Amino acid sequence: MKGFGQYMIFLGTLMVRRESFKTYYKLTLDECMLIGIRSIALVALVASFMGAVTTVQTAYNMVSPLIPRYVISQVVREMTILELAPTIMAVIYAGKVGSSMAGGLGTMRITEQIDALEVMGINSASYLVLPKIMASLLMYPMLVVVAGGCSLLGGYLVGSVTGIISPTDYIYGLRFYFDDYSITFALIKSFAFAFLISSISSFKGYYTQGGALEVGIATTAAVTSSITAVLISDYALAQLLYVR
Amino acid sequence: MIKIKNISKTFAGKHVIDGISNEFDKGKTNLIIGSSGTGKSVLLKCIVGLINPDEGNVFYDLRNFTEADKEMKAEIRREIGMLFQGGALFDSKNVEKNVMFPLDILTKMPQEEKMDRVNFCLKRVGLENVNKKMPSEISGGMKKRVGIARAIVNNPNYLFCDEPNSGLDPQTAILIDDLIGEITHEFDITTIVVTHDMNSVMGIGEKIMFLYKGRKLWEGSSKEVMNSAVEELDDFVFSNKVMQSLKGRK
Repeated sequence: MKGFGQYMIFLGTLMVRRESFKTYYKLTLDECMLIGIRSIALVALVASFMGAVTTVQTAYNMVSPLIPRYVISQVVREMTILELAPTIMAVIYAGKVGSSMAGGLGTMRITEQIDALEVMGINSASYLVLPKIMASLLMYPMLVVVAGGCSLLGGYLVGSVTGIISPTDYIYGLRFYFDDYSITFALIKSFAFAFLISSISSFKGYYTQGGALEVGIATTAAVTSSITAVLISDYALAQLLYVR
Repeated sequence: MIKIKNISKTFAGKHVIDGISNEFDKGKTNLIIGSSGTGKSVLLKCIVGLINPDEGNVFYDLRNFTEADKEMKAEIRREIGMLFQGGALFDSKNVEKNVMFPLDILTKMPQEEKMDRVNFCLKRVGLENVNKKMPSEISGGMKKRVGIARAIVNNPNYLFCDEPNSGLDPQTAILIDDLIGEITHEFDITTIVVTHDMNSVMGIGEKIMFLYKGRKLWEGSSKEVMNSAVEELDDFVFSNKVMQSLKGRK
């Protein structure tokens, strides 16, 4: 509970004594490049294989001849949009971006770079962390959209090449009884996950004390805490948003 | 002028600083000396506000910094330049951007003017043609000099240096000390240097405060430090063989 209280106070400090809009604009763009654009390749790779594997697994488990083949792509679609794209990507995002945030801030703390900012009269938490959170909120939903597209494309390619499902059936299945609320749901989840991962990782990094060993510990804690928070919020959001 | 009044700080029940009061004069290099673990750096951090003291007040030219609100503190901090032990240069910025950083954040100076000021400060600390180098590409001594350039770029009224010559070879250490002394007089600022290096004490110490086990035990000038009657200070000053031989000659 003490840690949660500290985290809430930390979030509060982000909003006081802020710098100019221009400063944040530039920093946020830099962060977008760093955490968003540079993650696209990894996200696309993982998502494509995720879609491909889901297609193959679903096909092998559907043994009844009474079930039409297009159900395969329907399953891939639902799994991708509702869970795989937002949640599994969040785990990867926490590992890649969250650890980098915690490590970077932790190193800045132990090398007195954060103290240097404070001495200059700058709210270091706001200056360093707010752009990371803003960039995450902007970029992570986009990464989820890219992941969703790549996953569906991966499934399509594997299905077509191996002959598991014809391209026509695959496209038909993707469109069959499609509820666009799934997209809204996925995007709401992605905003929540982006905020949790960036803020928790930054919090862990910002309050690092000690030396290189502690930076490593903070980085690990950032990833584990972020993933735990993502999974808990995934369940909570599923309960909340599917009661319609 | 900076005045501290009855500053105390406790960590986990241990008194790290115990009721220290002192005045640090404008236009002078004020030194805080003492062995490792006597609370020098903690005292410095209390003065600049990186650590809140449990008791006591810090006054910057009669402005009570300890009890000031956040806006007032930020305003006072904008008049502060600080050189950290490891330089504390921002890894992601090159030398030029590191030095320009306070101007970018704290002023609305035109880019050209900022560039001139950065080049002036880098030249003042004896660094030229390193503008585009990253902190990882320069030596420890150069990092300290860039740190000084960054500390003075915004024309501070107060300059703080935490162990400015730690980890440097003796020649570079003397260069850094001289630079701090010269800048203090040239810009008429209040400088506080935390050190345990006797070369610094003898070289630039104009007003010296000696800490022992978190308490102020002595204050005086670099001339007086050699002849003090305080046993703990004597042990500190004459701890190495060179100084011991000097003492023998006295």
